[in-house]
Amino acid sequence: MNQRTPIEEQIDLPFVESLRISFQSLKIRFGRSIITTAGITLGIAFLVSVWTNNEIELALQESGRSSEITNLDESVEQGISTKDIWLIIMSLIVCVVGIANSMLMAVTERFREIGTMKCLGALDGFVVRLFLLESGFQGFAGALIGALIGLLGAVILGLKNYGLDLFFYFPLLPARPENGPFQLGVLLLILLGCIIGMILAIIGSSFPAWRAAKLPPAEAMRTEV
Amino acid sequence: MADIVVKTEDVVKEYRMGSNVLRALDGINIEIQRGEYISLMGPSGSGKSTLFNMIGALDRPTEGQVYIDGQNMSNLSQRQIAAFRCHRVGYIFQSYNLLNVRTAHGNVTLPMIFAGIPDKQRNEKAEKLLDMVGLGDRMYHLPDELSGGQRQRVAIARALANDPSIVLADEPTANLDTITGREIIDLIKQLNTQQGVTVISATHDLKMLDVSDRIVDIRDGLVERIRNREEIEIQVGEVGGHE
Repeated sequence: MNQRTPIEEQIDLPFVESLRISFQSLKIRFGRSIITTAGITLGIAFLVSVWTNNEIELALQESGRSSEITNLDESVEQGISTKDIWLIIMSLIVCVVGIANSMLMAVTERFREIGTMKCLGALDGFVVRLFLLESGFQGFAGALIGALIGLLGAVILGLKNYGLDLFFYFPLLPARPENGPFQLGVLLLILLGCIIGMILAIIGSSFPAWRAAKLPPAEAMRTEV
Repeated sequence: MADIVVKTEDVVKEYRMGSNVLRALDGINIEIQRGEYISLMGPSGSGKSTLFNMIGALDRPTEGQVYIDGQNMSNLSQRQIAAFRCHRVGYIFQSYNLLNVRTAHGNVTLPMIFAGIPDKQRNEKAEKLLDMVGLGDRMYHLPDELSGGQRQRVAIARALANDPSIVLADEPTANLDTITGREIIDLIKQLNTQQGVTVISATHDLKMLDVSDRIVDIRDGLVERIRNREEIEIQVGEVGGHE
């Protein structure tokens, strides 16, 4: 058998190229991207609203003003009640599951695309990087919108409970009251919400993308959703 | 000595399905010469698509070796396999497998992006290839806006983007009507004769057999027989009629 030129090694693509491809993909699949992003937005909106609401309660308790509702409640003790802790944990779980689910679906329906890209010479790492970028953008945008919606919800609820006093004692910045629990402040909460949303979206999509990229292309392309 | 481009040695492929093992290929030995137009033929489930995947490095054999251009494919690194898929082979599939998020032009440029070809050069090449397959006026349409035949033409242009020496076509006409199928076959045959591209096609379309140099019959994961074009009698009726 004739010895031909040896097969060379595939090159790495410049980062800009991945950025361009992932933006194009998001733009053209705009409708679908919005739905995936909405999943992230809802999760983060719920999380941030529960957290912010909790912060507001703490701040106003600290200022000596409690809502009428809390007064009527038995648990007037200072600090975070067990109920609030539960609510925060629940909202976190809902957020994790919701985001993981929407990212998983979004990647699984693109297994064929991943297989095809590998047929055309894409390296596994390149495929994963594309999904990492796409989900990172989606995660950040979705989480930011979600955090703002959550904040709005918590403010409306706060206004109902405390009236305009809310704005005098609004827990915007982190605070450490003398005998109360540490308060993160709303600004930090929003930032935290964005980071959580982005990280969850990236994990939720890169893990299945990595699994799909590892498969032989024939198998990835066979996968039907 | 003939210039052999693809050689398989006792290729076996098994699929695990729960506790069952399905032996899709049961020891395939074939040699394909450079510039040949070869058709792998067999009923569905015979293993021809599996063999197609082995030759194209789209899947790994359970046992046996595949040599392409004298290289043992199982000795290649991931990067070499990616480069092999990118430069040496062009794939054409039954269901086109175009990326729906990219235009016809975008689909054709993608393998050239992976090959690291600069912007301007790859745009020009994509335009040239799309012109050649007769889609000069639909370059910036998305696959969803094209007919089946047009999509397959985009796939052919894409397969040729990095000047491969082998074109692998898996049932390229199965989803097309007779006339469009004929056009696609003519286009593939034209590449074979004019550019000397080796064409390996899995098919059971008789029109496809008509243009083949050799036909490999696959049955139950084995090569049943290999026939030269002259040995078989195919009557391909005139289709299309007059307008």
